[in-house]
Amino acid sequence: MAEQIKIRALLQGEIADIRILMQHPMETGQRRNEQGQLLPSHFIQNFTVNLNGKPIIDGQLNTSIAKNPLFTFRSRGIKAGDKLSVAWTDNLGEKRQDEVTVG
Amino acid sequence: MQELRRTWLKGGSAMLLSPLLGSSLLLPQAARAAEWNRPAFTARTINEALKAYGAPATGEARDIQITAPEISENGAKVDIEISSNLANTRSLAVFADKNPLPLCAALDFSGPVLPYAKLQLKLAESTRIRVVAKTADGKTHVAWRDIKVTLGGCGA
Repeated sequence: MAEQIKIRALLQGEIADIRILMQHPMETGQRRNEQGQLLPSHFIQNFTVNLNGKPIIDGQLNTSIAKNPLFTFRSRGIKAGDKLSVAWTDNLGEKRQDEVTVG
Repeated sequence: MQELRRTWLKGGSAMLLSPLLGSSLLLPQAARAAEWNRPAFTARTINEALKAYGAPATGEARDIQITAPEISENGAKVDIEISSNLANTRSLAVFADKNPLPLCAALDFSGPVLPYAKLQLKLAESTRIRVVAKTADGKTHVAWRDIKVTLGGCGA
């Protein structure tokens, strides 16, 4: 089971920073194990950020995003009590979705 | 696929999907996500990747900012910050010319979100980073920046 997505919104006046940490190995498919065999690629391909149920960010990623992808986005119009949710899907079909209430 | 997704985004998605919401097989967010742009993400050269992403070669746009270290000691985690001052920027994509698969990320923004992102890349070697912004009028704009990498990050 994939680990929880950490979502944090920092309200600073009109514009909020949204920080998202998706814990994932982001294996490139180019590394070898000790026996010299290639480790299969395993990476997040899609993620969506929703504000109060409406999609606001839609991301597509490649293996070249660092392990445990960390993103910061900026948005207007986010206030305390709003719900932010993030969902991702990886190349093996694993999924994870989490939601926070902006404090 | 793009068409289909837009239709879903515009409306009707709740109604279409509501009978399925109880099922753990279909989360509404996951269902809405655009299909992964396989031709662009699996292209092995920068020119092929730009072409597959629909970004013709153009002059450098001054209205796209890229903040990144000039020299990065660890290619496994290179922080970059990108933003666009172009009116109605709808998406930002990041390419690393010398990576085995140059297209790193494509981010679409809607509603109140600013065309801004901070993310961390793996870089195989010293490379040029290109950021492509697409605006609502369908135009593409590109800016770039060179980063020296001391220790490559793809085998890491």
